[in-house]
Amino acid sequence: MKDIAVEGISRRWGEAAAVDDVSFTVAAGTLVALLGPSGCGKSTTLRLIAGLDQPSAGRIRIGGADVTGLPPARRGIAMVFQSYALFPHLSVAENILFGLKVRRVEPAERADRLRRVADMLGLAALLDRKPSQLSGGQQQRVALARAIVAEAAVCLMDEPLSNLDAQLRLEMRREIRALQTRLGMTMIYVTHDQSEAMTMADRIILMRAGRIEQNATPAEIYGRPATGFAGRFVGTPPMNVIPAAAAAGLPGLQPPAGPHTLLLGIRPEAVRLDPAGLPAEVVAAEYLGADTLVETRLGGSPFVARFAGRVEARTGDVLRLGWGPEAAHWFDTGTDRRMN
Amino acid sequence: MTTRARDTLIGWALLAPAMTLLVAFTHWPALASLIESFYSTARPRRPARFVGTANYEQILADPVFWQAFSNNLLYAAGTIPVSIALAILMAVWVNDRIPGRTFARVAYFTPTVLPMIAVANIWLFFFTPGYGLLEQITGAFGLPSHNWLGSPETALAAVTVVAIWKEAGFFMIFYLAALQAIPPVLAEAASLEGASRWTFFRRVQFPLLMPTTLFVLINAVINAFRMIDQIIVMTRGGPDNATTLVLFYIYQVGFSFWDTAYAAALTVVLLALLGLVAFVQYGILERRVHYR
Ligand SMILES: Nc1ncnc2c1ncn2[C@@H]1O[C@H](COP(=O)(O)OP(=O)(O)O)[C@@H](O)[C@H]1O
Ligand SMILES: [Mg+2]
Repeated sequence: MKDIAVEGISRRWGEAAAVDDVSFTVAAGTLVALLGPSGCGKSTTLRLIAGLDQPSAGRIRIGGADVTGLPPARRGIAMVFQSYALFPHLSVAENILFGLKVRRVEPAERADRLRRVADMLGLAALLDRKPSQLSGGQQQRVALARAIVAEAAVCLMDEPLSNLDAQLRLEMRREIRALQTRLGMTMIYVTHDQSEAMTMADRIILMRAGRIEQNATPAEIYGRPATGFAGRFVGTPPMNVIPAAAAAGLPGLQPPAGPHTLLLGIRPEAVRLDPAGLPAEVVAAEYLGADTLVETRLGGSPFVARFAGRVEARTGDVLRLGWGPEAAHWFDTGTDRRMN
Repeated sequence: MTTRARDTLIGWALLAPAMTLLVAFTHWPALASLIESFYSTARPRRPARFVGTANYEQILADPVFWQAFSNNLLYAAGTIPVSIALAILMAVWVNDRIPGRTFARVAYFTPTVLPMIAVANIWLFFFTPGYGLLEQITGAFGLPSHNWLGSPETALAAVTVVAIWKEAGFFMIFYLAALQAIPPVLAEAASLEGASRWTFFRRVQFPLLMPTTLFVLINAVINAFRMIDQIIVMTRGGPDNATTLVLFYIYQVGFSFWDTAYAAALTVVLLALLGLVAFVQYGILERRVHYR
């Protein structure tokens, strides 16, 4: 088991920095999700750790050893690419064994390891097929098998599930997490899907425009988002972040003292119907079975509420909405930072 | 009219212009040559008459034809493997991220853009005995003077070298296009596994280039038997037929000796040969080529 330490890495292309002074650590045997919107520098960070790209500044340590200048093959890592990167002319077995052959592993041991991963991932019947003869989910499994068979202590994954359909994604999430735990791999998992990060990761590193917005456990990031951005990015539907003035009339609302102009963040699921609450005009309502999403305007700002079960709300109706004091997240309007 | 009939009609109407040209200038001449090859050549006092396979029997007994044929085989064996190997090498080289790769690509492609006549003239100067570029270089090392195009032992090799120089750049373009169609992520995956540049080429790039190699190979074979302009400019088949290739021989028979019927028979033999080669290559190799 090896840990990973990223120390102040940056990657610039000309003027623009795709990754800007990023530092974090990944404890051995844990799964850390790199989460963020498209273009925020997740892939670049991962490629820097893999050695597929060189940082403009900073160091990378894997298992304590400085690997910053080492080629990818000498870093002791395996990687799963978004496009799987299977060799189209090689069979499933040859794809899985590619690295072992390159590293001159004994044929007997190769066969042994192939059998083990093939059984683990349900590929035993597919070993002679070419990648083009496999479904997306099967190709994904082959890519996974290729990463696992190397028995590297560190595994990097770049949006490995984004080409799969929703059902398969849920299955593979569980499968990857189970494998990671069972094999004790240290894993960095890149995704732009917050639900993937929430369900799989021990810690989430939320990135925005090349910088780390928040590095916390899923529960912390959901419960105490460090910025308004983090609040909106994690959780579905996203947190409502409205000017504090829009909610000024609610009794019991206590903004933190100070000279700042504030934003108030309220999660849709924390909102209740409350006769003493603020008036909100219904714009649209969506019944989802287990709950109902009601889109409203509250003090001029769009505001979404989520109620359990079915709630009768027609466009134009006025609902009275309230929430408990613990549900209020306060952010500074200028810096977006959390204030309470 | 049914839609289907109308579609058929429109289809043929669209094909017609190209088809007319093909029939007039390709299919009909080929057929005419086949017919003519069974007749004798018309002379002022002796009109053409049917001679059966006499022209073909003459070919079998013609020492110059056999020399041209063996020259052609040597020429093909010299140009094809070397130019393909060079093409792959250059393509792999300029496909990697090297500084100045645009310049390298242009440089390698230039010979292909130049007309063969110009190329042949440039090389004529290189090979000129006494003061040619090659002589100046060998002379600087104190080696004796040699007439590369003028001696039967070296003339064919000299011509072959020029052809390689010209063809390799052309084939490189096909390989370059094919290499660029290989996703860069495969190279990254291989480098993560610890594959060396050579291993990646041998296990991934080369197999994925097989369809291109088949295509290039067929073109190279056809080119080898179609080559004529360079011979006309550089050696005119000499010395002593040492550089006479089949097509040049046909040209000579047809337009220097004006024995058109015999030239027609030779043409038919050449066509049959090329057809057979293409058939064998597509038939046998295609099964072993990986198509994505
Ligand atoms: N090779 C490159 N050259 C120039 N800019 C790049 C390159 N790769 C990525 N970028 C830029 O860096 C930023 C981050 O990219 P990336 O790490 O791929 O984002 P993500 O994976 O989070 O979607 C983007 O703005 C992208 O345009
Ligand atoms: Mg990405």
